[in-house]
Amino acid sequence: MTTQLLLVQALNGLQLGILLFLVAAGLTLVFGVMDFINLAHGVQYMLGAYLGASLAAATGSFWLGLLLALPAALIAGLVLEVLVFRHLYDRDHLAQVLATFGVILFLNEGVKLVWGAAPLQVAVPPLLEGGVQIMPGLQYPLYRVAVLGAGLATAGLLWWLVERTRAGMLVRAGATNAPMVSALGVDIGRLFTLVFAFGAMLAGFAGVLAGPIFSVEPGMGDTVLILAFVVIVIGGIGSIRGAFVAALLVGLIDTLGKSLMPDLMRLFLDASAARQAGAALASMLVYVAMAAILAFRPAGLFPVRAG
Amino acid sequence: MREAWLPLAVLLALGAAPLLGFGGSYETTLMARVMILAMAAVSLSFLVGGAGLVSLGHAASVGVGAYAVAILDAHNVTEATRVLPAAIGAAALFSLVTGAVAIRTSGVHFIMITLAFGQMAFFTASSLAAYGGDDGYTLYSRTEVWGSRLLGDRLAFHYVCLGALALTWALCAMLLASRFGRVLRAARENAQRVEAVGLSPYPFRLVAYVIAGAIGGAAGFLLANATEFVSPAGISWQRSGELLFMVILGGVGRLWGAILGAVAFVLLETWLADHVAHWKMVFGPLLVLAVLFLKGGLSGLVVRRHG
Repeated sequence: MTTQLLLVQALNGLQLGILLFLVAAGLTLVFGVMDFINLAHGVQYMLGAYLGASLAAATGSFWLGLLLALPAALIAGLVLEVLVFRHLYDRDHLAQVLATFGVILFLNEGVKLVWGAAPLQVAVPPLLEGGVQIMPGLQYPLYRVAVLGAGLATAGLLWWLVERTRAGMLVRAGATNAPMVSALGVDIGRLFTLVFAFGAMLAGFAGVLAGPIFSVEPGMGDTVLILAFVVIVIGGIGSIRGAFVAALLVGLIDTLGKSLMPDLMRLFLDASAARQAGAALASMLVYVAMAAILAFRPAGLFPVRAG
Repeated sequence: MREAWLPLAVLLALGAAPLLGFGGSYETTLMARVMILAMAAVSLSFLVGGAGLVSLGHAASVGVGAYAVAILDAHNVTEATRVLPAAIGAAALFSLVTGAVAIRTSGVHFIMITLAFGQMAFFTASSLAAYGGDDGYTLYSRTEVWGSRLLGDRLAFHYVCLGALALTWALCAMLLASRFGRVLRAARENAQRVEAVGLSPYPFRLVAYVIAGAIGGAAGFLLANATEFVSPAGISWQRSGELLFMVILGGVGRLWGAILGAVAFVLLETWLADHVAHWKMVFGPLLVLAVLFLKGGLSGLVVRRHG
């Protein structure tokens, strides 16, 4: 393991973390403000990736695809909210988990029906082809740098929206005490819909960005969903700042773990066993970290809700 | 217990089915699946409805039990008097360790942390290269009972499963009706008051969690024998979601509801899978509709009609 490889893996980890943050941000707000567990948030990421891929193919331009996929993802989120989720806000978590689980089954299968079961490949846009020199003799793909930048910019925008605007103030207030906000005369239903649609769009955005990096396939949202849940639980439910820190943490742990663990295992096992055991252990690392953090801080790193 | 005529009728029907011409290989395989999943669902219902612990990782304890069978099989231990205690013990131990951490949290965090532990079990299973890794492990033969191939006989296995299910139901119902169960239910309603009368809910919940896990392990033992195959897919979080769905479909708060839920779930799943190409596109919305409109579940429907 050289320093260069470590650096590349750390960058990959940050970039996974940024994508996770985009998914987790919507999830944590929906969760925090509405106390609503949306397992279907992952399929919105998947939907974004598919929409981006097919719109890019139809228009012949990645950028047009991205531009069109965002409102499409937003509309998809709104449709789901009106059809299903709206009726679940006042139900218990169990009902929410199951109904959104049903939505996952439907959309994962629906995507197979429309686009087929085989993974789609999305080409990197010509503008972002090639690599950048980050160290002498070390190239890093330009597209991944762009994803990192776009993610950070979105995170900044989100921070501004949540911390500096009136809507953001209401969202924060809603995450702390929704009934009180409602009692003060804010139309909490509209706020919910707004947050929900915005969260769906962010997840869709992450999906479009992920298209050229990972393969676009049915079920791709499930892995991301579970990692995003880990992120928001570690970060503290409802906290954007917590989601950001935890997303980078999870991204780094997962990526570095996957590249370091097999080598570490080789100290104890022979090569092929080490590879398999290492990969599995690396996949577990994130959950171990989550269990450890929750054991000491049951409300996460940056708890929002008072008392 | 007067409302319990329906589940008793279901058990009777399951008992009589092989004698009434449903003793073929296809029917008994299907019924075995129903009964084993019902067992796991009843134990989960005991947790969810009784103790208020919504676990999204119950499939893990089933998986631990199943993998205990597979691992012992690979080492030529196929004697039920050794395999069954090992399966139950392993699942109970797994539940004890994970429960000790998970029960410190509550609500959404509990759902998420059980999901995380389930994922850990999933990845551990995928890493067991010696026992099939991702592809799973095919047993050499079914477990023997005192040297005889009793479980290999279709009818005998059918009645063993039926007996196990009846025993599970009786055990969970007895536990819930006991003083222990009263503390659990009281803590579900109001943990503070339970503490105020001088009882800490934690050990009670942990014991309940371990018991449910042990029953899950027994179900895993039977499942491994029913299919003579064990794979990580059986531990996936989707399986845990399905078990939860059986509980909800049957109706939370009535143990026997889980039996109805499991019967309905497996029959519906099998029928749809046989008749509709993209059956999950039908199954998902049905799940959503069941959650939205079938409050109280199937058992609630039955009780209301006859109550």
